[in-house]
Amino acid sequence: MDLMTVLQVLDSTVRLATPLLLACLAGLFSERAGIFDIGLEGKMLAAAFFSAAVASLTGSVWLGLSAGIGASLVLSGIHGLASITFRGNQLISGVAINFLAAGMTVLIAEDWFSQGGRTPSLFGGGRFEGITLPFAEALRGVPVIGPIYYELISGHSILVYVGFLTVPLTWWILFRTRFGLRLRAVGENPAAVDTAGVSVVGLRFAAVAICGVLCGIAGAYLATGLQAGFVKDMTAGRGFIALAALIFAKWRPWYALYSCLLFGLLQAVALRYQSIEVGGLVIPVQFMDALPYILTVVILAGFVGKAIPPRAGGEPYVKER
Amino acid sequence: MVDVTNGGRPDQAASTAPAIELKGISKAFGPVQANKDIAIRVMPGTIHGIIGENGAGKSTLMSILYGFYKADAGEVFIHGRKTEIPDSQAAISAGIGMVFQHFKLVENFSVLENVILGAEDGPLLRPSLAKARGVLKQLAAEYELNVDPDALIQNLSVGHQQRVEILKSLYRQADILILDEPTGVLTPAEADHLFRILDNLRREGKTIILITHKLREIMEITDTVSVMRRGEMTATVKTAETDPAELAELMVGRKVLLRVDKTHATPGKNVLEVRDLRVKDDKGIVRLKGVDLDVHAGEIVGIAGVSGNGQSELLEVLGGYADGTGQISLNGQSLDLTGKHSDGQSRRARGIAHVPEDRQREGLIMNYFAWENAAFGYHRDPKYQSGLLMNHRAMIEDTERKIEKFDVRPPNAHLTAKNFSGGNQQKIVVAREIERDPDLLLVGQPTRGVDIGAIEFIHQQIVALRDQGKAVLLVSVELDEILSLSDRIVVMFDGEIMGYGPAETADQVGLGCLMAGLGGADTEAMQGWTISDAASAEPVDPSKSLIEAVDEKLHQKEAREARKNG
Repeated sequence: MDLMTVLQVLDSTVRLATPLLLACLAGLFSERAGIFDIGLEGKMLAAAFFSAAVASLTGSVWLGLSAGIGASLVLSGIHGLASITFRGNQLISGVAINFLAAGMTVLIAEDWFSQGGRTPSLFGGGRFEGITLPFAEALRGVPVIGPIYYELISGHSILVYVGFLTVPLTWWILFRTRFGLRLRAVGENPAAVDTAGVSVVGLRFAAVAICGVLCGIAGAYLATGLQAGFVKDMTAGRGFIALAALIFAKWRPWYALYSCLLFGLLQAVALRYQSIEVGGLVIPVQFMDALPYILTVVILAGFVGKAIPPRAGGEPYVKER
Repeated sequence: MVDVTNGGRPDQAASTAPAIELKGISKAFGPVQANKDIAIRVMPGTIHGIIGENGAGKSTLMSILYGFYKADAGEVFIHGRKTEIPDSQAAISAGIGMVFQHFKLVENFSVLENVILGAEDGPLLRPSLAKARGVLKQLAAEYELNVDPDALIQNLSVGHQQRVEILKSLYRQADILILDEPTGVLTPAEADHLFRILDNLRREGKTIILITHKLREIMEITDTVSVMRRGEMTATVKTAETDPAELAELMVGRKVLLRVDKTHATPGKNVLEVRDLRVKDDKGIVRLKGVDLDVHAGEIVGIAGVSGNGQSELLEVLGGYADGTGQISLNGQSLDLTGKHSDGQSRRARGIAHVPEDRQREGLIMNYFAWENAAFGYHRDPKYQSGLLMNHRAMIEDTERKIEKFDVRPPNAHLTAKNFSGGNQQKIVVAREIERDPDLLLVGQPTRGVDIGAIEFIHQQIVALRDQGKAVLLVSVELDEILSLSDRIVVMFDGEIMGYGPAETADQVGLGCLMAGLGGADTEAMQGWTISDAASAEPVDPSKSLIEAVDEKLHQKEAREARKNG
């Protein structure tokens, strides 16, 4: 394998990791505040559809992005209402959101575009194009550094950079700001927050809203950055992989980046090498495609050591007497 | 820098007004009148005790004061000014701080983070943390409130966690501090330290409200005391002008025997013989390190010790729901410690009855009826069967008989366990176990969360069983209970027996030392006592008080276990 091949695989790793990373950080905000969210998948899917649909109708990818974020926020609002205000079961609410998004997107797509549940292909201003970073062309000829900068770092769409910058931002918010302190506290012991005179409901809704925005960006990136348009079930379990990555990362931002890159790498390898020969044994393509999901199952089954979730996670807060 | 000492102190003109005055506070939850026309005046710079049985309405009253509930009627005056307290934020800004019975701390946060939570100075943490560090240092020096500001809460002992709660309130410049059952979770040494802190706070002009059901604490530290019964305030008196018997009577509404009335024990043959019992818990921590113990017929053996020193594991092995190694024999016949015949069912069949430490999790099924609960564990008894099915009628009649005999209130076998008060729940458990006429009764924390009236009754039942010539093994963290109920006392620390001897010659100080694994002069002064070699006899550092030595020793042990856990 030469440097170019490696760089191409890594380049595609970065692209494939981006939606996972955004969704993973979305889940991180929500779960750190004590609201479990298995509806990441549904929110991404809804955002993917609405961003592609609006981008296709208006020709503006930015309007599409806004629509995607809006759609995801609406679903977040439903999840918040069910699990914070009405103290419902967070898992059931999440499952409902996933079903809702899966059915609704295809239905509306068929109604609006009549293309079998997909949106028309996006082009031009309807897509996020890659950005060439400064000096990329100039440095291209420099050995090693040049190709790395040109192939790997430069040339991604803006949302990729947004995704990666969200990692340090999330860390800073969580561990260096008042909001972050309170957010982490409300996921660990809401009673402590409540008796300190801070609104538990307010904090949790704020966290769920952030989760909605990040899921919205993730979904929009899928349909308008990674691909050019919406197709049925295009999230393909990425929301659940993001959840697994979140557990793998033990709810910490930098580790979330690493685990999402790992999943991204697996997806990238599966895409590039449809069959690999190992010592005369041909590994079938289906196995390669299944790898990220197998890893998800392994992680969720708890083979990565003890991951302690936020202590108040999944529990609606009821003031005790 | 905030002036902590004077920040919340009332000015000269207002100091004649009560720090807190409540007028006509009423609160009902549906048909239950939790508080009825309550009035209290607490003068600044005093400690006011509120005493009452469980469910008397103490906690409801304090929740109203802290903005958790809205009173149906009534007014609150703080330093003479009428104050509305719709939420906790309002209570905090009115200068009220609350230390709850169950701490409201974030376990995996540092002390500093817990202190500033909700009282940060700006959107960024760094300046707030730096400021809190300074203030904490100052408060530590002033009130003996020493805590490592960078320690995680989960690595602190409960005593230190409580200090963090007090620091939280002081950091918010509270000058009225409410403590709800503060000593329930503390060791005797820690409780002493707490009272010293409260004393310091009083001297600095803070007003303290202490909610408790322990008469001794009221007598020891308060200036005035109010008694609550069934949602009403039955009396407010100066502590110096009352005595425990009078307070107990005011609490319960009738004369109560505070001391257990029992004759001298006449121990018979050895019923329970435990040799070299060892238990390792599922985290790999050794909980029992070779325990030897005898319990004779017709005696009550009390195991004293700070909670978490192996007493629970001892009861679990004997009761048949934990495995161990070593030998245990009952009436000369050995018991299986592992395998099929080591479960609770087999233990009961052998004549061991068990009143578990946690009645709500181990003793009862809270959502089941009293008549079901009164048969659990013995539900395979032929008298409860009719053919293939259970004979409900027999179970209900049996329960009704027990309810009458043990004075369970309300006397209704068709209520679910959770609808009884703590004391009556415990009576159901005690009735179930004692009525089986066991050879050995294991009793864990028989009166935790139980009203004074019911305590008296349960104690009488345990003594009556002893007088029938049965063996009783009692585990309790309440030293008073151990001292008054036991014939013989065994002290445990860190999974080992530190010493044992007759109850008559035991004293609080000596037991307190042993409970922290300390030997020394105070323990040797107890006549007829055997002090184990495991109790370290090295002389206590003379610059430290005994209490500090005890505190430190307990601390070392907790730190050891915390390390293993982490």
